[in-house]
Amino acid sequence: MKTIFIAALLAATPALARDAPPHPGAIVYLEVCQACHMANAKGAVGAGRIAALAGNGNLAYPEYPIAVVTGGKGAMPWFRGQLTDQQIADVIGYVRTHFGNRYKGRITADQIAALGVKAPPRSRE
Amino acid sequence: MNRAGGAPTRREILHAIGVMGGASVLYQAMATMGHAAETQFAGPPNLSGARPGASVLVLGAGLAGMLAAYELGKAGYKVRIIEYNNRPGGRNWSLYGGDTYAELGGATQKIGFAKGNYLNPGPWRIPYHHRSLLHYCKAFGVALEPFIQLNHQALVHNSKAFGGKPQRYRELAADWDGNVAELLSKAIDNKGLNAVMTTEDGEMLKEALRTWGMLDKDMRYVRGPASAARRGFDRPPGGGVDGAPIPSDPFDFRDVRQSGVWRAFAQHMGHERQTTMFQPVGGMGMIGQAFARQVEGKIRYGAKVTKIDQSGGAVTVTWTDVASGAVETAKADYCVCTIPLGILSQIDVDVSPGMRAAIAAVPYSNSVKVGLEMKSRFWEDEDAIYGGISFTDQPIGMISYPSGGMHSAGPGVILGAYTFGPASYKLAALPPEQRIAAALDQGAVLHPGRYKEQFSNGAAVAWSRSPFTLGCCAQWNEDTRKEHYQTLVAVDDRIVLAGEHASYIGCWMEGALLSSLDAITRLHKRALEA
Ligand SMILES: Cc1cc2nc3c(=O)[nH]c(=O)nc-3n(C[C@H](O)[C@H](O)[C@H](O)COP(=O)(O)OP(=O)(O)OC[C@H]3O[C@@H](n4cnc5c(N)ncnc54)[C@H](O)[C@@H]3O)c2cc1C
Ligand code: HEC
Repeated sequence: MKTIFIAALLAATPALARDAPPHPGAIVYLEVCQACHMANAKGAVGAGRIAALAGNGNLAYPEYPIAVVTGGKGAMPWFRGQLTDQQIADVIGYVRTHFGNRYKGRITADQIAALGVKAPPRSRE
Repeated sequence: MNRAGGAPTRREILHAIGVMGGASVLYQAMATMGHAAETQFAGPPNLSGARPGASVLVLGAGLAGMLAAYELGKAGYKVRIIEYNNRPGGRNWSLYGGDTYAELGGATQKIGFAKGNYLNPGPWRIPYHHRSLLHYCKAFGVALEPFIQLNHQALVHNSKAFGGKPQRYRELAADWDGNVAELLSKAIDNKGLNAVMTTEDGEMLKEALRTWGMLDKDMRYVRGPASAARRGFDRPPGGGVDGAPIPSDPFDFRDVRQSGVWRAFAQHMGHERQTTMFQPVGGMGMIGQAFARQVEGKIRYGAKVTKIDQSGGAVTVTWTDVASGAVETAKADYCVCTIPLGILSQIDVDVSPGMRAAIAAVPYSNSVKVGLEMKSRFWEDEDAIYGGISFTDQPIGMISYPSGGMHSAGPGVILGAYTFGPASYKLAALPPEQRIAAALDQGAVLHPGRYKEQFSNGAAVAWSRSPFTLGCCAQWNEDTRKEHYQTLVAVDDRIVLAGEHASYIGCWMEGALLSSLDAITRLHKRALEA
């Protein structure tokens, strides 16, 4: 049952259907970011806008995506505390090197620990 | 009761206050006397005396926006609503057969439900204490019917308990209470509670536990008439020769604990889900439709607001006509903006830096709902489940059976998934037809042999891809409340924000309405002082 679900997810993502071992950030992208940024990372526009991550110059310096993914931005929630620092590093590494982005430099969990916005207090709301 | 001459009863005092001072005085008095403290609704606002010709632009035709327009219109303001969608209601919305829904990313669903059937993608239930919503439903002629939240015959499924076999809520709940009662009774016998109660109190508690926990004469929770009266029978009582009932066997308490049924208790027992709950007859969207009739002719649909300016002693709102791309503007003296914050943070809004920071500080949760139309109501006909919710630890979270049209023939729409958090992101990542397929796979575990077989068509709404909200609801936390909430709700010269996000009843329609009433009351005061 669970495998069916994952298989459906994978099939919905051309990037993962290929043979090469998937980038460790690809699964995080698929299970979290894709819900909003879309399979092709092009985002979308309605009354508001989900930013495109594909071909995005704002990803050139790691500080920016680290701040956004750990702390959130506008409607996008923070992911610090929901994802591990390693997962956040992986997924930022993934989007910086896929979807038409070719930025150099590995992103590590240590960088997330050093630069990330800390998780807000857990609330019952 | 001492009627003649003695001290007046509480009811008599309240009646006297009500006659003299109007509803709001009555409300305050009741609150002081310990009644009616469940809502901040004090009756519709009594706004009057708007300056002749004074005008208000309302942004968003959700419930908050339409209520603001209705009440300000009554007070004498010239109002106009600017709305992105081509329909009223915002998140208050039902999908019917023949409707089309295009989500962000382009996936478009043509809904195939039979006539009268619907999915409520957003709100679906109304607590009895959401008094302002109930007030306006009555005032605007929205027929309500009971919403079944708790159903003892519904199922609880945990893939790690009972070998993955779903069990009845009724049996698990009975066994939970019974076992807890027995344990507590043992603790009393073993003097385990001596530190917190006297022996006499302990004996009294034991008597209560016997009844509450269905215990036998030896204070044990066992198979027998007492437990069967709550958890059910292997052979229920009947007539004639085999009329005598045969009690059922309680489950092993370890399995009961493992089932996580206590999570279902917590769901049902929260104040917002206690008995009685309501839903509009014919779909939640009936409320939005009814509100729209009250502000008929005042809504400009298909208009995407892109800029809100308040320089030069007036508010100027700029929007793009969604169909043609044409840019238009309008001016008014004041503005009530109910655009969800995630979207508003992307709009050029002329307010204080503090309010801008507040607008940008509140992210949105996600949720996914899937509606599955079944050819027959097998859950009623074969399983005796009438409304209510079955819970599962699978990503779909729950199955809810329709509270409307119960015991009728023909197709019905099951809520086949209602998820938040991580599971909702996974489901939202799939194209709609695969969300439906996943919901069918997972739901079939609870209703094997019927679910996929009876399925005819479905609809799936992922709020993270909602073009008109960018998410489900505003997510505040302690820090952001402290830092930003008061700034967010303050009147900023000619502009005030309202909506679910500007309340402490987040993600409820009541929050949108109470926020709206409070915002327009303060805006009206500001206008009179100007
Ligand atoms: C999955 C889910 C389940 C829920 N369950 C319940 C429930 O059971 N009971 C309950 O009481 N509440 C529930 N709620 C909450 C309830 O739906 C909301 O609190 C309420 O409907 C919000 O009303 P609103 O007027 O504040 O916002 P909205 O209804 O979102 O209205 C905002 C309006 O602004 C418009 N808009 C957005 N951007 C622009 C723009 N740029 N230009 C012009 N217009 C724009 C939108 O199209 C929309 O019409 C649920 C919500 C969701 C999503
Ligand atoms: C619930 C929806 C949602 C999810 C899930 C989500 N995002 Fe976002 N993201 C957004 C929205 C909306 C914006 C635009 C915010 C704004 O500027 O108003 C955004 C913006 C961004 C930006 C900034 C882009 C720019 O140019 O400013 C980055 C980087 C980003 N997201 C990365 C991610 C990554 C990586 C993930 C997965 C871990 C993710 N997002 C998950 C909704 C989401």
